[in-house]
Amino acid sequence: MLELKNLTRRFGERAAVDGVTLAIPQGQMVGIIGRSGAGKSTLLRMVNRLTEPTSGQILHDGTDVTALRGRALRGWRTRCAMIFQQFNLIQRLDVLTNVLVGRLNHRPGPLATLNSLLLRFSAEERAMALDALDRFDLAEQALQRADTLSGGQQQRVAIARAMLQEPRLLLADEPIASLDPRNARVVMEALRDVNRRDGLTVLVNLHHLDTARRYCGRIIAMQAGRVVFDGPPDALTPERVEAIYGVPEEALEAETPQPSAA
Amino acid sequence: MSEFHPAALAAGLPRAGDYFARLLPDLRWATLLAGWETEGSIAFWFYRLDKWALLLVETANMAALATLGGGVVALLLSFLAARNAAPGPWSYRLARRGLEAMRTVPEIVYALILVWAFGVGPLAGIIAIALHTTGALGKLFAEAIENADMGPWDGVRAAGGSWAQACRFAMLPQVAPNMVSYLLLRFEINVRGASVIGFVGAGGIGQELYLVISQNYYEEISAIIVLIVVVVAMIDLLSEAVRRRLAGDARA
Repeated sequence: MLELKNLTRRFGERAAVDGVTLAIPQGQMVGIIGRSGAGKSTLLRMVNRLTEPTSGQILHDGTDVTALRGRALRGWRTRCAMIFQQFNLIQRLDVLTNVLVGRLNHRPGPLATLNSLLLRFSAEERAMALDALDRFDLAEQALQRADTLSGGQQQRVAIARAMLQEPRLLLADEPIASLDPRNARVVMEALRDVNRRDGLTVLVNLHHLDTARRYCGRIIAMQAGRVVFDGPPDALTPERVEAIYGVPEEALEAETPQPSAA
Repeated sequence: MSEFHPAALAAGLPRAGDYFARLLPDLRWATLLAGWETEGSIAFWFYRLDKWALLLVETANMAALATLGGGVVALLLSFLAARNAAPGPWSYRLARRGLEAMRTVPEIVYALILVWAFGVGPLAGIIAIALHTTGALGKLFAEAIENADMGPWDGVRAAGGSWAQACRFAMLPQVAPNMVSYLLLRFEINVRGASVIGFVGAGGIGQELYLVISQNYYEEISAIIVLIVVVVAMIDLLSEAVRRRLAGDARA
């Protein structure tokens, strides 16, 4: 169970996220929708503390995530994986090494850390990484440089990296906003697969309401940093959307999301 | 304030020209390729090539060691001195000011102090050049890091990677080609620096160059300068080849 209590983040005077309170049971697939600048990204980035909350609290199975520091914080980030709109792979490294980044915090001790800094990984870890790549049909690309892959492939590498963390949660920040429709579908299906088969809680920021309705069991709509809708996809009718945003659904979706906005 | 007088320039220019004219070797067509005992031959001009070659190798060695040593320290400090990668504002400020101080002091000043401490010889020269190199490269490295894309950094941090791991995985592969470029350029600069630093007794060809300048052995001055230019040109060709190979390299 992930709980957000009155979570707020201010950038100067403006509140990007304004007093959000949510409870998300383990294993849910939650779509977060809203316009660019509604605070979706900031909300997700606060959950794994890439962005620090100004006030409020994040709890996961009773642990106060907002109070974690140092090693404990890294432990939380390992349990709470994240994928990004721009994939955030290391372009000049090969795909396999990119996936192995997911194991970095699973190797305790200074010797293991030193080995990781020399890009040395054990045979078991490599096998794990290859398995993860194979699951997303990328085993053949394992030794290619990440920048030789298409966007859809890169996002699947990012999901494979996330899976190597053996997380309980997966945060996905606009994972398909930079992809064409076919690749978007492949990536969304991969997310649904890790949600159903591995029992991960998936929080995904989406721009398209249709996508959210098709893949998510629960939809949260945000507007100006606040949660304005929280319920099952059926309840989010086009009339409801127009009531919330003041424009019809088509007009909302015509706005393009800004790449990697805060 | 600056004592720039056109008259002094007019009077001095012919003298400078005269000095350069004296530097020119006395080469004659008839005996150009003759042995080292024949006046007017190239061999006569470079009659101490064996000694100078050894000194030049020592000079290049000093430069190489100083560049590598300074480069390694600069690499470690640059992550602390880059605004986007520094673990905290204090480390950023401290590392920045430290690097500044290190490169503000000219290497010849370091050399003077270190010759006094370690005695005459290349060791003082190597440390002197390495100190200055650390300051100069550290700043360039830090700026390369500041220009890097922060996406991979977020990726590694979000995977639970430590600061050092983020530096290694997210940053180094992006900036390594740039850093190697700067390192090779610095090597070239350091060869030049190492050939002057001998003036104060810190090893290399400089000691010999200082000797022939102070004793007005004009032809030997030009011979040594020609040799230094040749060595620097060779290093430039070499570093170009290295750069080209690294550009196609997948793992950095």
